[in-house]
Amino acid sequence: MRPYIREKKNFTFDDVPENTSFEAGYLTTVNSGWRSIRPVINGDRCVGCEQCYLYCPDGVISINNGKAVIDYDFCKGCGICAKICKIGAIEMEAERK
Amino acid sequence: MKKFLSGNEAFAEGIRLARPQVISAYPITPQTIVVERLSEMVEDGSLEAEYVHVESEHSAMSCAIGASAAGARAFTATSSQGLLYMAECLYYASGGRFPIVMMNADRSTALPWNIYGDQRDSLSQLDSGWIQAYAENAQEALDLALMSYKIAENKDVSTPYMANLDGFVLTHTYETVDIPEREQADKFLPPYETDNRIDFENPKNMAFSAGPDTNYIFKFKEHEGVLAARKVINETEKEFAEIFGRKYTGLIENYLTDDADYVIVTLGSIAGLCRETADKLREQGIKAGVVRIRYMRPFPNDEIADVLRNVKAYAVLEKDISFGNEGTVFTNVNSALKKSGINVKGYNFIGGLGGRNISASDIEQIYSDIANGTEIVNFIGIGGGNNG
Amino acid sequence: MANKTAESISRDEFFYGHKACAGCGGSLAVRAALKVLGPNAVSVLPAGCMSAVGFNFPQLCFSNNSIISTFAGTASMLTGVEAGLRARGYKDFTAVGFAGDGGTADIGIQALSGAIDRNDNIIYICYDNEAYMNTGIQKSGLTPFGAKTTTTPAGKNIHGNIRPKKNMFEIAAAHDIPYAATASIGNLPDFIKKVQKASQIQGTKYIHVIAPCPTGWGVAPDETVAIAKEVVESGLWYLAEYENGTFRLNYKPKEFSSVEAYLRKQGRFKHLTDEDIKIIEASRDKKWEYINKNFEL
Repeated sequence: MRPYIREKKNFTFDDVPENTSFEAGYLTTVNSGWRSIRPVINGDRCVGCEQCYLYCPDGVISINNGKAVIDYDFCKGCGICAKICKIGAIEMEAERK
Repeated sequence: MKKFLSGNEAFAEGIRLARPQVISAYPITPQTIVVERLSEMVEDGSLEAEYVHVESEHSAMSCAIGASAAGARAFTATSSQGLLYMAECLYYASGGRFPIVMMNADRSTALPWNIYGDQRDSLSQLDSGWIQAYAENAQEALDLALMSYKIAENKDVSTPYMANLDGFVLTHTYETVDIPEREQADKFLPPYETDNRIDFENPKNMAFSAGPDTNYIFKFKEHEGVLAARKVINETEKEFAEIFGRKYTGLIENYLTDDADYVIVTLGSIAGLCRETADKLREQGIKAGVVRIRYMRPFPNDEIADVLRNVKAYAVLEKDISFGNEGTVFTNVNSALKKSGINVKGYNFIGGLGGRNISASDIEQIYSDIANGTEIVNFIGIGGGNNG
Repeated sequence: MANKTAESISRDEFFYGHKACAGCGGSLAVRAALKVLGPNAVSVLPAGCMSAVGFNFPQLCFSNNSIISTFAGTASMLTGVEAGLRARGYKDFTAVGFAGDGGTADIGIQALSGAIDRNDNIIYICYDNEAYMNTGIQKSGLTPFGAKTTTTPAGKNIHGNIRPKKNMFEIAAAHDIPYAATASIGNLPDFIKKVQKASQIQGTKYIHVIAPCPTGWGVAPDETVAIAKEVVESGLWYLAEYENGTFRLNYKPKEFSSVEAYLRKQGRFKHLTDEDIKIIEASRDKKWEYINKNFEL
């Protein structure tokens, strides 16, 4: 479970709540446009040690079948994962626009 | 049950009946007796509440906001510098639509230091988005305490409520007060229900930012909430009268105004002396009347216009001055008349600042001044020799 | 390959999709702590980076109940939330605050002191990035000696901030708080253990976690974790706990890494003279003399 992107909608007058409380974890925009570089997992090398998952400030890395997987919608390309990976299973590559 | 109580004590009794779940308290003269009595009620078990000894008024309101966001009924009390110190949180509470109730003991603001009553503290916060009531006596104070939550928590209103009691003159003056029965109070005021709260089944993000597109919509809705209190106050007072037998008159209370030529518009405890003076003048054939404003927010625009429509002149008597302009109540009253296209001579009388006495003869003089014409803005008795 | 720390916390993400700068240390601290505390955490965040990046209606980035407080009111709102939920009969929840260094050591210190004094059952986490980063890197009470900020310029006459950091950890401990700790996001297993421990203790808990801000510190975004390790290795920050009246040091570097190396790689310290660096080294040594004497190992 984590906050997830919702269907795009235009907030009309009636959609704006009466008070400043709203559904938790309601995302309307992604962060992928922030990146100039992106982390790429080398599946052959990744041993699923979860260091990258642990230290990602955005929490965009999860482990699937023992390998790190990145949610590129919200990865900002900070590169902490590549740096923390002791076995060099993550490389930062130029973002393809 | 009848008891001989001060205004503060009466208010505390009303709060006991309202069953707040969280009370955050920080002492300031002349509010202290309220928080002292409430602590005793919590101690003796007659009030089941979390009593939080906060370290400042800012924290008192911040704690109340947190409690309200948790879905709890919250209460705090303050006065003067304390109200100003928590001012940031007042806007926060109203913007978040948290129906907190706060008693404010109206007191002068420094400098010079002074602990006595005037209304410059609360009137400076008219724009903070709170409902503002002004009690005249201890009985009304108690009844406001009980009614306040019902009004504030109404879904259409969802606005915090500030009940103002004149410092010392009301907070410390003893009267015989009728205290409603617990059972009846519970019947009148059900527990607080809201969606505007932390919810573990459907988690919320609260008190968030809103950009230019939606920010003003939130503000508009906040405005609508305060306006909605107009109707809800009347409905609540009607229900209150049915259960407890005491009648209140909505946003203003009129005295001998039906045929009045000269009317004093005022608020708070001084209204009693104004009515006595009006009685006296009536005996002399002068058609004097009194309007007591009970709620400064929402402001009684229509009610004021209706009652002053046919008078020859009116005075606004207030314990306030907006430096460089005039008394704020005067500004508000004039705006009400202007909006209704009424053109009546109006005068402003500033008095009671720092607790300075307003005497019966001062009030008589006001009636005479407005009948004969005077300066627009007047400071009662200023420049005279008797200043202690 | 099992990661013990990862196994010990929730797989769920409670702080996600936020708009913090790339490589933000503060967001890592919030994220990690919430993964410890789980869905019944109620977070209170004052005005500051984490609230600014996480709560822009309708983009709301916390999946647990979360609320912004006034800048000065983190601790007092926590108190109210905790008391309110308790009054409504809830037992299984954690009221946790996340305030920055300015929100904690400057404008929020009074409310924090009040909450500790009352021993309210809350966790207060200060994510310390050593300046008012949200408003554009101005000096706070936790900005270290020598740091250049936008209000402590580095010129010929004055070399950045002239005062050392306030000692918030020991200020909290001086209240005889049930639990206080220091941590660094460079050592998440240690930080996570401390949050876990705090969640088991009744009363007020204070955790002070160093959370570098690449933007404000003048390091690359991928350096955040490394620099947060290095501040500990160089002895300029330390990992410790206070509990039952006793200070305990959790980690003692065998040999301090170079203070100069730590400082020189950050834009905010670029201007320091050799003499300035000597002053910083001397104050570190003095601090460690005190730690060695007064802290258990």
